[in-house]
Amino acid sequence: MRPSGALVGVAPFFVYTTVFLLIPTIVVVVGAFADGSGRPTLDNVAALGGANSSFLPALQHSVVLSLVTALAGAVIGAVLAYAVSTARPDGLLKRFITSLCGVLAQFGGVALAFAFMATFSIQGFLTVWLNSLGLDTGSSIWLYQWDKGLMLVYLYFQIPLMLIVFLPAVEGIKPQWREATETLGGTTWTYWTKVAGPILLPSFIGATLLLFTNAFSAYATAAALISQASPIVPLQIAGTFTSEVILGQENVGKAMALAMVVVVALVMWVYAALDKRASRWLVR
Amino acid sequence: MSTRHTERRKRAALRWTVIGLTLVFFLIPLYGMLEFTTRDLINGGRTGKFWTTLVDVPQVTERYPALAEGFASSMALALFTVVVMLLLLVPTMTWVRLRLPGLTRTVEFICLLPLTVPAIVLVVGLTPVYAWVTYLLGEGTVWLGLAYVILVLPYAYRSLDAGLRAIDVKTLSEAARSLGASWLRVMWQIVLPNLRTAVLSASFLSVALVLGEFTIANLFSRKNLQVAMFELGKSDGQLSVAVGLASLVFAFVVLFAMSFVGRKEKS
Repeated sequence: MRPSGALVGVAPFFVYTTVFLLIPTIVVVVGAFADGSGRPTLDNVAALGGANSSFLPALQHSVVLSLVTALAGAVIGAVLAYAVSTARPDGLLKRFITSLCGVLAQFGGVALAFAFMATFSIQGFLTVWLNSLGLDTGSSIWLYQWDKGLMLVYLYFQIPLMLIVFLPAVEGIKPQWREATETLGGTTWTYWTKVAGPILLPSFIGATLLLFTNAFSAYATAAALISQASPIVPLQIAGTFTSEVILGQENVGKAMALAMVVVVALVMWVYAALDKRASRWLVR
Repeated sequence: MSTRHTERRKRAALRWTVIGLTLVFFLIPLYGMLEFTTRDLINGGRTGKFWTTLVDVPQVTERYPALAEGFASSMALALFTVVVMLLLLVPTMTWVRLRLPGLTRTVEFICLLPLTVPAIVLVVGLTPVYAWVTYLLGEGTVWLGLAYVILVLPYAYRSLDAGLRAIDVKTLSEAARSLGASWLRVMWQIVLPNLRTAVLSASFLSVALVLGEFTIANLFSRKNLQVAMFELGKSDGQLSVAVGLASLVFAFVVLFAMSFVGRKEKS
């Protein structure tokens, strides 16, 4: 068979991904710089930065939310991953925790928002319980604010995601490295700062970046929790679907989407570079 | 020797503290769901009526048609997505390995690309594409599966890639070809059975992702399980929370069972 004949075998794949992945991407990129009738314009991008635009605050909220939950989630998740890695490899505890984390990290969405409302809202069981103990918890408005309640809910899927992506790296540490450190007179401190720490650092930073993009792209949980305003970018983009279109701003949603892609692509690019470095020491 | 002993004890104590605290954090909101769904708001005390309602299929279909419809749609979507994903990926990845190794990087790049395109962005770009899909194929919710295939692409690719790495596709297919098998037969009777575990895990991951999908369905106003649950939350809080908890438990059981299947085949 000639090479051109062999190419026919992969044609369906390329046609499919062109229609459902490439064209949508082009629609977003081109649409961000086009007006309602398809003429090139910079108005959409300019509208995002306008004085009365709510996009820049939302972008700032999204970045802060993602950064805080990524850092906190990464630190807590890494400690958890280490604790789990010292458990028996095929034990029930480990299976239980990795399965639970898999569900919370990837499946949650709307259900996680429900869980937090059932726990922390004014009728939530924790609020009711604390009140019955005589503790005044105040109003429950904090639960629906992006920098309090939403952050807490995001941690609820960020920590599990960290466990899942970081556990293989922690398990790649060989016990011999610790023994070698001890034989040479090193303490636990030297082991963590001079041996295990530097080896794990690229994986840790890489996982943190992954957590950042995960929080930055998340939509379902926020949509289910916050119904009043659109404090973060994904909610703003969703708003352009449902709200009335202002003449001349038909494509503002595409400009917002493009801004999101740019942020995520930058982060993923750094991630790819780090991943290459991380895999030098850890055999996966 | 004794210092090493105390060291080990200290490490075990640390492990249990860390695991204990995070488990408490993970389980409190889940317990909150359970507590909320068993409250009897009319008579006070506890009731299991939301849970009995949920397993009573005729009653759900009659009183909560949206929920039944969403559940049915999600099941159909899961099946549709898995079938299209496998039809698209398994032959392509095998073919690239056998005949077009130069394209490996390109295919990998395309498959991992959806990781950098958030679902909400994909929705924005898919709007004109779905105008055509609706025009050509109709309004059916199941056509959302065409976009879901893109969402599951990175995860499915990784599973299948790991599976293909573990077997020698080239020798297997050359042996089959020289014995007179057609390419279709090579695919169906040689490659697929050897990829059983990888195909299984790619399919499970895809099913889990599809059952949890909300963004695309909600913004295209189609009713899948998550959208139905979300909308039910506005009118019947307790039942919707029960649906949410049931879906989480179901996903957990699937993943927990999978952790046994995967390990056994490896060893």
